[in-house]
Amino acid sequence: MSYDKRFSGRKFDEMRPIEAKIGVIKRADGSALFKIGETIAIAAVYGPRELHPRFLQNPETGILRCNYDMTSFSVPERKRPGPNRRSVEIGLVTEKALLPVIDLKQFPNAVIDVFIQIIQANSGTRCAGISAASLALANAGIPMKDLVSSVSVGKVGNKILIDLDKEEEDHEEATDIPIAITNRTKQITLLQLDGNINKKELLEALKLAKLGCEKIAKIQEKTLKDYYKNEHE
Amino acid sequence: MAKLLIKEREIVIPGQELAEGLDFLPGQGTSRDENKIISNYLGLVSVNERFVKVIPLSGRYTPKVNDVVIGRVVEIGFYGWTIDIGSAYNGVLSIRDAAEFIERDDDLTKYYDFGDLVIVKINKVTRNKSIDLTTKGPGLKKLLGGKVIEVTPSKVPRMIGKQGSMIQLIKEKTGCDIMMGQNGRVWVKGKSTEKEILASDAILKIEQESHIEGLTDKIKKMLEKNELR
Repeated sequence: MSYDKRFSGRKFDEMRPIEAKIGVIKRADGSALFKIGETIAIAAVYGPRELHPRFLQNPETGILRCNYDMTSFSVPERKRPGPNRRSVEIGLVTEKALLPVIDLKQFPNAVIDVFIQIIQANSGTRCAGISAASLALANAGIPMKDLVSSVSVGKVGNKILIDLDKEEEDHEEATDIPIAITNRTKQITLLQLDGNINKKELLEALKLAKLGCEKIAKIQEKTLKDYYKNEHE
Repeated sequence: MAKLLIKEREIVIPGQELAEGLDFLPGQGTSRDENKIISNYLGLVSVNERFVKVIPLSGRYTPKVNDVVIGRVVEIGFYGWTIDIGSAYNGVLSIRDAAEFIERDDDLTKYYDFGDLVIVKINKVTRNKSIDLTTKGPGLKKLLGGKVIEVTPSKVPRMIGKQGSMIQLIKEKTGCDIMMGQNGRVWVKGKSTEKEILASDAILKIEQESHIEGLTDKIKKMLEKNELR
């Protein structure tokens, strides 16, 4: 079956409108909101702080802990609150997506906690979460080599496209690939795939993701700089 | 070949390229990647001849030896007091380093109790981040009364001003006692609550507008006209 026109009317390489903000949670050391279309993620960073229980402490390096959660009202059908298999997995992959850019060696025995809440979901929540977490970490003044931006790409029918929404994700011939890329060095820190796609299509999808992440990177840069510029004027 | 990619005092983000070529050297808050210098923080750049450094705009306090900070007692053991100084790690004030003479088997809460505010100096920071504190020295003591507000540690130098001009101004205009710790905690004690609020409003105002030039005069006018908030 061919998929000639997107349900939303977007172009195949067009992302949903993006909005980003930092400093949204007053009591956190750093925080950010990242909105892509109808998906909204909020990230809060606490620390570096003492790590308890103590047996988790590592005297050689600090630890990053990511917690991903969807609020019960974020989806059309009420989600049972609290962690589940899916959210634990996403927390772990988020952690691994962010770890390569953070310099944790400076904080032996300590922990940096990242809490990601999805307050409205319409696909691409883990990508929005990673983009938000990266902003929040920078806002918290944590030493980082780079920032991370993330977007989902995929295949619907016979077309390769960027930033799938719920309708496309639920299409019977859809493959969704969330990808996270570092902003400066363009290294891939997250790539998840389950579904069918061949090598040529995957490479094409990666190219699309790279372009998308570049756009997100620009938005991230502008958000961070503007926050302090506004505070400065 | 060597080229500076940024202007002095520009805001940079983590991973931004600051300079190219081996003629520049990475200072605090930056690192080298091949022939480029990269920022590690969201902060302000400053270039000193060949050194490029980045001063973070936010973040927790990093303890440095000889810094005078305001801490709060969180734990009492046989050896001394554990004190929260607003960094990632707690500091330890051992009985030996306390200014008071303490007899054997004495009750330590008599000197510094849970929740007490103390001005302490950082004696030593080891590689695995254990922090030794002392109250021996001029001006180091327990703080009685007053209130504490928190500001971003990197903005403390601006708040003190050139030779203490800014802090002196607030002290004069409000008649409050003010102690500023390097860890961003500011202790304010005045003759009345109104005066304390006035002083802390002025301090928060400075935090918000710390980059503006001629801020001392602006704050002076505001304090005189009672225009803060």
